[in-house]
Amino acid sequence: MRTNEDNCTEGMSLIVKTITRLSVGLILLYGIYIVLHGHLSPGGGFAGGVIIALSFVHLVLAFGKRQAFGTLSESGTASLESLGAVLFLAIALAGFSGGYFFANVLPHGEPHALLSAGTIPLSNIAICLKVAGGLFAIFIALVLLNPESEQGS
Amino acid sequence: MIAYMLCLVLFCLGVYGALAKRNVIKIVLGLAIAECAVNLMFVLIAYRVHGSAPILPRVAEGGAPVMVDPLPHALVLTAIVIGLATTALMVALAMRIYQQYGTYDISEIRELKG
Amino acid sequence: MTPPSYILPLCVALPLGGAFVTALLGRKFPALAPLLATVVAAILLGISLLSVKLLLQHGVVVYTVGGWPPPVGISMVLDGLTAFMLVTINLVVFLVVIFCLDYVNQFTARWNFYVLFLMTLAGMNGVIVTGDLFNLFVFLEVAAVASYGLVAFGTEKHALEAAFKYAVMGSVGSLCILLGIAVLYASTSTLNMADMARVLAMSKPGALTTFVTVLFLMGFGMKAAVVPFHAWLPDAHSSAPAPISAMLSGVLIKALGVYALCRVIFNVLGASPRILGVLLFIGALSMVVGVFLAIGQWDLKRLLAFHSISQIGYVILGIGLGTPLGIMGGLFHLLNHSLFKSLLFLDSGVIEYATGTRDLKAMGGLRAKLPLTGATTLAASMSIAGIPPFNGFWSKLLIIVAAVQAERYGYAFWAVLASVLTLASFMKVMRYAFFGQLNSRWNSVTEAPFFMKLSLVAFAVLCVFGGLLLLPQAREAFLGLASEAITNGTEYVNMAVTQAR
Repeated sequence: MRTNEDNCTEGMSLIVKTITRLSVGLILLYGIYIVLHGHLSPGGGFAGGVIIALSFVHLVLAFGKRQAFGTLSESGTASLESLGAVLFLAIALAGFSGGYFFANVLPHGEPHALLSAGTIPLSNIAICLKVAGGLFAIFIALVLLNPESEQGS
Repeated sequence: MIAYMLCLVLFCLGVYGALAKRNVIKIVLGLAIAECAVNLMFVLIAYRVHGSAPILPRVAEGGAPVMVDPLPHALVLTAIVIGLATTALMVALAMRIYQQYGTYDISEIRELKG
Repeated sequence: MTPPSYILPLCVALPLGGAFVTALLGRKFPALAPLLATVVAAILLGISLLSVKLLLQHGVVVYTVGGWPPPVGISMVLDGLTAFMLVTINLVVFLVVIFCLDYVNQFTARWNFYVLFLMTLAGMNGVIVTGDLFNLFVFLEVAAVASYGLVAFGTEKHALEAAFKYAVMGSVGSLCILLGIAVLYASTSTLNMADMARVLAMSKPGALTTFVTVLFLMGFGMKAAVVPFHAWLPDAHSSAPAPISAMLSGVLIKALGVYALCRVIFNVLGASPRILGVLLFIGALSMVVGVFLAIGQWDLKRLLAFHSISQIGYVILGIGLGTPLGIMGGLFHLLNHSLFKSLLFLDSGVIEYATGTRDLKAMGGLRAKLPLTGATTLAASMSIAGIPPFNGFWSKLLIIVAAVQAERYGYAFWAVLASVLTLASFMKVMRYAFFGQLNSRWNSVTEAPFFMKLSLVAFAVLCVFGGLLLLPQAREAFLGLASEAITNGTEYVNMAVTQAR
């Protein structure tokens, strides 16, 4: 990983990088947990999506933008975001097969089971994609738009 | 009652900051404060004394317990998302303005008037 | 055959879907974006016409989203006012999209433009069809945030400054509305507008209702740019790209401002004579101040933007009279203003596209080079100034007659005065831009491309024949039902609630 010389100077110190390497996975996992249990406990697509986006923001802060954007590019993030939105709208439109816009057409299942509540977990996942993508895209846009480096251009 | 009044005071502070300050970033911060005040208002409205989290217990035992009102929480979440979008857009605009004008002071940013 | 009621959610779902698909695929297939936007706008125009038919055959329609009955779930309500606004918005937006086909070529990242455009459309349609107060706020913000982005789309110095000003003022307005919703929710424990009106009607109006009314007046007034809150409008509307100015001035301030204000004041809170008095005063103030500020302008788009303030004043004045005739006049003027003001902004766009300037002093004699633009601008100017055969005359006449009937002679006088000043101001525009000696700089100027011309002609025809809507049959079916929805006031409840059962 350290073959490129820029990598050593970019980003924060070795301590931060090591801890980030350990913690980023956990944060991501926690975000996914929040999303998947959105219909059972507090949280859901938005909260989980924010946490997932934060794990990527964490990466960018610790390792510098060049290396982190190798993992998830700007256009990739933007299409992920639009995909989430299209998915959510598709779920809403699928409700027409149950008679109403947004109707919950899938079987509701047992209360308090992980696979229950019909289309709500699916909507949570769609919202998570949208929020995580959107938030990270905003972050990227603000990082890339650096006033000092582009002044006068 | 005092809590509601303090919320209103916070709201007025935020709006004052947005309308009276001259630094672009401070204006954005003022709006963020006002927005927080409104969200706080919603959460206060939802509060019930000794209320529990609004999740139905696994076995409903004799009547529903006192729960806080979950609806304003959902509204606050939506309002936060909207606030996020607005704030992000305004910060981006502020950065672009700095690129073009070289200052954050709105009294020096006066191409338009009349 | 009665059209199905699921056309109501489609009003929101279609433009949103169009926006998301454009965002997903626009980068790879640049030709897709304008095509998709045109198709979506055309379908929406069809849907809005169908909604009028649905209303005539079926009366008030309540659509329950997700199958949840009204006080619990979000409902969408189609009444006369909704159908009227849907037709107005989708008609104007469809013609503006056609104009965009040629105009937007000058920008980079065209697909981004269409994403924001469709989002604004979705937000406006959402505000119109929803029957839930918080949902109204959400759609209002969708439209508003997208329009902040559209104003800054050119990323020139003044566009950024205008967009920032617009965003700050708009956000303050939105926060006032949100605070009002919070207080209303606290006192009624419901968000459905019909249910809210029912609860409010049972309790005595107290200090809280007054507080909420003031908050809503401030918030929606900020969105509608009535006079104490108008500072952002001339900047934002003159800095945006021309089709966007046409959309913002033509329909956005009406959907987010005037419509929402009417809905909340008349149908939810119930209009007391005191509130009507405030509306009358604000309307007259906007009307007069707007036109006085407009007369001194030399920047064409800025002049048009100030006239928007003035004409919105007419609309509010008509509605504030509170009599059936006044409300009908106000709504008719709303429709007419969205037609002729869009046309004027599109004309200014053609002039800017062809010559690159918006300064009236630098133009001159353009009629020789831009004959069609000159003719359509003349039609629109006649219309906005209230010259008899054009549509603007009829609606202004209705408002002034209604003011006289209601024995508000002072307000009638101000309305006439503002109309005369408008005429003077547009005579100046015609004199400096189109008549007189051709400025030799513009010898090589050519007329606009095909789609721009098509849109201009369509708007001009509508301006000329718009007055026909006052013929008895058309009036009953369209304007009458819309003004009935307002005059019925809190009766709205009974219709909306009984329909849903």
